Amino acid sequence: MSLDKATVARIATLARIKVPEADLDKMVGELQHILAWVEQLNAVDTTGVEPMTSVVEVTLPTREDIVTDGGYADKIVANAPEPVSMGEGAFFTVPKVVE
Amino acid sequence: MTNLTDLTLADARASLRQKKLSARELASAHLDAMAKAKSLNAFISETPETALAMADAADARLKSGSTAALEGIPLAIKDLFCTKDVLTTAASHILDGFKPPYESTVTANLWKAGAVMLGKTNLDEFAMGSSNVTSYYGPVRNPWQKRGDNRPLVPGGSSGGSAAAVAARLALGATGTDTGGSIRQPASFCGLVGLKPTYGRCSRWGIVAFASSLDQAGPMTRTVRDAAILLGAMAGHDPKDSTSVPRPVPDYETSLTGNIKGLKFGIPKEYRVDGMPGEIEKLWQQGVAWLKAAGAEPVDISLPHTKYALPCYYIVAPAEASSNLARYDGVRFGLRVKGDSLDELYENTRAAGFGEEVRRRVLIGTYVLSAGYYDAYYLKAQRVRALIARDFTEAYEKCDVILTPTAPSAAFAIGEKADDPIAMYLNDVFTVPVNLAGLPGISVPAGLSADGLPLGLHLIGRAFDEETLFRVAGVLEIAANFTARPPAVGA
Repeated sequence: MSLDKATVARIATLARIKVPEADLDKMVGELQHILAWVEQLNAVDTTGVEPMTSVVEVTLPTREDIVTDGGYADKIVANAPEPVSMGEGAFFTVPKVVE
Repeated sequence: MTNLTDLTLADARASLRQKKLSARELASAHLDAMAKAKSLNAFISETPETALAMADAADARLKSGSTAALEGIPLAIKDLFCTKDVLTTAASHILDGFKPPYESTVTANLWKAGAVMLGKTNLDEFAMGSSNVTSYYGPVRNPWQKRGDNRPLVPGGSSGGSAAAVAARLALGATGTDTGGSIRQPASFCGLVGLKPTYGRCSRWGIVAFASSLDQAGPMTRTVRDAAILLGAMAGHDPKDSTSVPRPVPDYETSLTGNIKGLKFGIPKEYRVDGMPGEIEKLWQQGVAWLKAAGAEPVDISLPHTKYALPCYYIVAPAEASSNLARYDGVRFGLRVKGDSLDELYENTRAAGFGEEVRRRVLIGTYVLSAGYYDAYYLKAQRVRALIARDFTEAYEKCDVILTPTAPSAAFAIGEKADDPIAMYLNDVFTVPVNLAGLPGISVPAGLSADGLPLGLHLIGRAFDEETLFRVAGVLEIAANFTARPPAVGA
């Protein structure tokens, strides 16, 4: 598998990380190096092997569907950059998303 | 009385209970030591006022006869554990100013047991690294140095600040987290005991997540008994972490019987890796001899998929990280770098907030999870992971515990191995398979390299059999009689 600049730029967009055009070449090299190394897994015969999704053999527990927490919006936004409080509410803020 | 910072956790506990020592004296001695050791950069935040207040409260409880497991014991906390109203950074720029309004379950358990918080220790950014050089807050210096060579060495990583703090006698013990070796490798580099418990033994709630199917919290201490005491207080079921296991926590100290007669320990032939220094091979053989002398029996075993563990890990861990780190978006906490649109705000914030290694892993993780590559990389890695776990299951039909070196080298200089991420990843060649299989592992200081640096031996146990690990580690500890001290600490 060989990476190109367009693929890395697409991945960076998916990951929402700005990568300046000037850094793309370096990034292609680094990621290519790592991907080539992990591709040695192709040498392992995994026919009939189920993918391992959890190391603990437990059935996920369930609980009553009731409210056990909450009622402190001010604490929730306390760490937010530029939070806004209005009346009873506390809000996160983002750049304008609708015209 | 001997130097208070030189006590073991167990001895300090006894002196506190016998009122030979107050928690305030003990905390003050450690705070003074921290003030003198700032050049190690072991702490991101020091919390002296909190420490003294907690110590006073512990003294009051001791006065009324408290025998809580850690009453009055000063500890350092890896800055990956959320601590209520105390800056929690994960050593990342992107968490600038973040003060959690809640406490992680593990630290809450420690405070409930009476422990005293000295501060939050440095680490690799988001625990991604093996040398503590990826921290936004700068590298940590290992209190050990080579004989006749004062170049600063790495403490290992990612729990490098915790390891340096305990080795330099700035704390009686510390918490670490281990995703691929992040407790055991720094323990080996700094001459400490470090244990990664079975996945599910400690709650992950309130620990900044890196790779959720691999992360576990564990103790870092100067003795095996201290690790047993600390794990006992950290562990336990937590309804807030659905992967924490509802099993009672044993009294781990009682497993230190010193008796390993008839126990079978496995020696995996695949752990003889190319380029491993002769002195590490020699130490491993010495470990075999020590356990044999104590009445245990070595068994040759094979873990045939060992060489695929690192490449498997470097698909699974970045994939999970790319998902976990999606929450850092500049909207709800931490750093915000403005942009003209919401997407631009995200992209600018994450470009500025994440360091080079974190960006690299998020991109790798995004790639292996993306449409068209998911099966070839991520599903393939999960299948190989199943084979790695199966290797251990089969090995434990022949033995009770597995003995290996902890790391393929001693501590190296700050700046070494920095150009090639894969050379850095190889540090974890012996520890990563254990995380992939969810098993417990412990590193015990066992000797010194020719240059005078600590080297650890590594024991791997069956799931939820930390007791056997402690029992065998206790025997290794006595046989190795590791009394060397970092030069910075003095004799």
